[in-house]
Order: sequence, then C-alpha cells, then structure tokens
Amino acid sequence: MSVTLVKEKYSSKVGEVVLGATAEQGGTRTSTITVGGDSALPFLHFEGETKNRPVIAMEVTDVVPSWPDTIKNRIGDVINDPAAWAKKCVDDFGADLIYLKLDGADPEGENRSPEDCARIVKDVLAAVGVPLIVEGCDDGEKNNEIMAVIAEAAAGENLLIGIAEQDNYKSITAAAMVHKHTLIARSPLDINICKQLNILINEMGLPLNKIVIDPTVAGLGFGIEYVYSIMERARLGALANDKMLSMPIICTVGHEANRCKEAYASVEEFPGWGDLADRSVLWEAVTASGVLQVGASILVMRNPAAVSIVKKNIADMMGD
Amino acid sequence: MLIFGERINGMFTDIGDALRNKDPKAIQYWAVKQQEGGAHYLDVNSGPAIPTHERVEAYEWMVNVIQEVSELPLVLDSTNYDAIEAGLKVCKRPAIINSCPAEQVKIERVFPMAIQYNAGIIGLTMDKKGIPKDAENRVAFAMELVAAADEYGVPMEDLYIDPLILPVNVAQEHAPEVLESLRQVKMLANPAPRTVLGLSNVSQKSPDRNLINRTYMAMAVACGLDAAIMDANDDDLVDVAATTQILLNRSIYADSYLKVFRAR
Repeated sequence: MSVTLVKEKYSSKVGEVVLGATAEQGGTRTSTITVGGDSALPFLHFEGETKNRPVIAMEVTDVVPSWPDTIKNRIGDVINDPAAWAKKCVDDFGADLIYLKLDGADPEGENRSPEDCARIVKDVLAAVGVPLIVEGCDDGEKNNEIMAVIAEAAAGENLLIGIAEQDNYKSITAAAMVHKHTLIARSPLDINICKQLNILINEMGLPLNKIVIDPTVAGLGFGIEYVYSIMERARLGALANDKMLSMPIICTVGHEANRCKEAYASVEEFPGWGDLADRSVLWEAVTASGVLQVGASILVMRNPAAVSIVKKNIADMMGD
Repeated sequence: MLIFGERINGMFTDIGDALRNKDPKAIQYWAVKQQEGGAHYLDVNSGPAIPTHERVEAYEWMVNVIQEVSELPLVLDSTNYDAIEAGLKVCKRPAIINSCPAEQVKIERVFPMAIQYNAGIIGLTMDKKGIPKDAENRVAFAMELVAAADEYGVPMEDLYIDPLILPVNVAQEHAPEVLESLRQVKMLANPAPRTVLGLSNVSQKSPDRNLINRTYMAMAVACGLDAAIMDANDDDLVDVAATTQILLNRSIYADSYLKVFRAR
C-alpha cells in the first residue's frame, strides 16, 4: 500500500541576503555568499526548497583569545595574526566566510582606536577573498565609534556588521546604510524584541534584505531547547509571511558552546566526562547541528575539528 | 485578517456623482485613501447610480480608473454578473466576485467564471427566499456553496462564506446566529473556507455605529471571521482588526504591531 506524505504548505519564504561584494559590485571579494530563501522548515526537501545551504563563518579575533588550549593548539601560531589566521581558516579549515571579532577595541583591554580597528579589517580583507563579518567588542559606546570608521573604510564591501540591539541600533544602522553594508540585529532570546528591532531598523531606511537576525543562542545543555523554540517561532513566522521575521539567522555557536563547562573542564576534574579534546569538539559540533535543524543560516564557529564535522553534517542534510 | 474597503459604492453621493459624470476623481481619491487606511482589497459597487443597461460599461470604467492609482486587488460587487465579468476582464490582479447566493442558477454562472479568471467568490448563505433566521440554515447554505466549490474546483481559500449580518437595531436576534454560523462554517471542510461579513451593516442607522462595528468585529474574529467589507478609514476599527491578530496569536507581537499591520 502506498503511503501519502502529509505535507505542510507555506505561503511565504525566508528572505535572501547577499554577503560581500565583488569588484563589479563595488567591493573586493572574489565571491559572495547568499543565505536564506528557504520555503519550508530546514532540510524538509519534500516540502519546499532549502535554497541556499547554511554556511560556516570561522571566528578570528584581533587579540589572542582566552579560548581553551584544545582550540588554540589546532589553530596554531597564526593566532597572533588575524590576517594569517583568517587565511588559514579559509585555506585549511574550509571556512565559508570569516567572522572578525574586535575584542581589542575594549576600553578595559587594549582600547584600540577606531583607525587601528579599521586597519585590521582591511588586513583581513586583503588576506582572504571570502565575505567578512565584523563585530566590535563588548562595549556598546565604543562599538559605535569603531563601526562608523570601519564601515567607511570598507565602504562597498558589503560586510555583515554588528551588533544592533534594541537600545543601541541607530548609529550602526546609519553606518550600514551610508556605506552599503549588511547588519546583524541581536535580540536577547526574545521573539517580540527580535521583531520590534527589525521594525525599528527598517523604519530608519535599511531594507529588510540587509538585515540578519541574531536571536542569541545557548550551548548544548544550557537552554538550547529554548533557543530552538524561539528560532522555530521566527521561522514559522517567516514562512507565514511575517516580513519582519523573515531574515536569515546567524548563530554564535562557538562562543556559546565553549562557554559551557563541558566544553573546557579537564578529564582530571570530571573523570566520567571523557577526553576533553573530543568532548570540546563534540560540544560545539552538536550545538551547531542543533540550531541547523531549526534554520540557522550562518554558524559562527571556533574549533576547526568541529567545523569539519558540521560541514559533513550540512552536506548530509543537503543530500550532497 | 483582510480588510475590504467599502467606500467605492454608488450609494455614496460622491461616488454616484462620479459615475454619472464620468469623473474619476472621487473614485480615485477613495482608492488611495482606503489603501492608506489599511485596506487589503477595494470593494467596487456601482450601486443604483447608473441605469441597468449601462452597468457593464460603467463597471469596466471603474476598475480601470481605480487601477490607475492603486495596486490593491478588487472585490467586484454587483448583482449583474455581466458587469462583474467585464470588470474581471480588465483586472490586473486576481479579484473576488461579490457575490453568489446558494442558488443553483447563479452558482452555475459564477463558479466557472471564478475559475476562468482565477477569482475568489463571496458566497452568501441565502437563496431566493431570503436570509435565514438561524445559524442552522445559514450553515446549510454554506455547505451547498462549499460543495459547489468542490465540484467546480475552486480552492477553499478562494471561497469566502458571508453569513449575512443584519442591522442590530431592527434584527437583533441575527447577531448571535451569525457568530454561531462563523464557528460552524469553519468546521465544514478541511481546509475550511474563508469567511467574510459586510460589517457596517450591523450598525445601520444606530447612533453608535463605530462602537458597534468595533465590538462586533472583535467578537466575530474570535468566532472565525477572516475578512470584512468595512470602513477602512475608521482607524480604531483597523486597530481592532490588528489587535485581534495579536490576541489570537496569528501574528507575532511587537510593540509596533499596529504600524506593521498597515504596512505592506
């Protein structure tokens, strides 16, 4: 007896966003990346198209990060040089694009000037041909200063810049609009604020196809189910034609997964947890695979070994 | 929640004059103004301003002058099906035929026409004998219309059942029957047909028209109303429509939801 699959029918789809710009488009990238465009829940190929495959952005910082040695050792000496690090991510680790985090701008740390930050961005742009995501430090006011300068210095490159938040979005939105970049809108695990922030940014004049949603994620074991339900709600909203929730989603998986104790505590401390090197890789890879299932378009990751696993997972889910 | 703007109707003096004088100004003014108010569709009714034999031509003219200024799809509102067909021929976007009662002769005229022009249909829960007093008979007519849609291949999302609300000041007993009909119509098929009301009718000749319209809309949407032919420029009424979508969890809440509801 033949079985008829019950299929959901959706009235709309996720918006498409292009990252990066080639020389003809006013930038210097050798290729661009398009994310979004799905017309069904992720990887349900029988219900609709997963139009653009999810991509992995590997995280590079402008100062040597305080990450666990298990990750830093895999990256090697280039960890002292953002441009060389970025190049290694693309050439050796297969990163689709680079996520540059400018922690050195932090007034409580190196307190780098906006011009210094812009120079680092230009160095990384020169070192790789893939599109670039640029985020500032954890100080909102300082970020407004540096992102204005970076946006201008990299005008036309169509960077994905962040972070716009509900209480601090105007300055960076203006920078994105004037210098033709795409913007990350971050909300604190709150679907209503997520939607409201998109509305506010759009009201300023930035088109919806220049916004990427960062819903804030959590690592495996630390509330990933809640993340899942928020992302699912946004995705179902997009498929039901809620234009203000229809943007592709970026997830800072590496940051969140590696904050979990399970990703860095030694086997001596917790003998029952098993070898740290494997555990740390799996914690990041499983966190990433979890959010992939609910519509992450851009995964920001740290551990090259985890990236390798997730790339295979994406290929499997896409039916390659 | 779909808003069908009711204002382009020959019963209104300015529209009637526009039709008699072939002056598109008032028609175009209301097309734009209703779109700004929040209308998703524009209802187009020539009303009694034009002699019957001129209606076909008048209809085509109305559709054309509206489309010069508005992108909104149209609800072609007439009892003269030749006039509606003339309108359908020039509509740039899929329209809705308003309306077809549960009478076999009219079903045979309207449903094939809807298929031919990829149009929706507003099906009235009445026949030659008039509007039923109770929900039970309204739903029986709705069932006939659903069966007709099935027979002719009209998708349920293109069939709008109108259970016909009457003025509360003269026919109070109909208001709860219509609400009950809305509930039951939603259970007639899966997927269910859509539902619509000529909302302003509920408050005809009452002094508190706006209040009655708003209150009844909120009640009706909770019972399954999907669309209303209504005053798209009563901002408070449009706000009620937007808020029902939030309170029924059909649209995800954001502080600016009223603005988003109007934006397209």
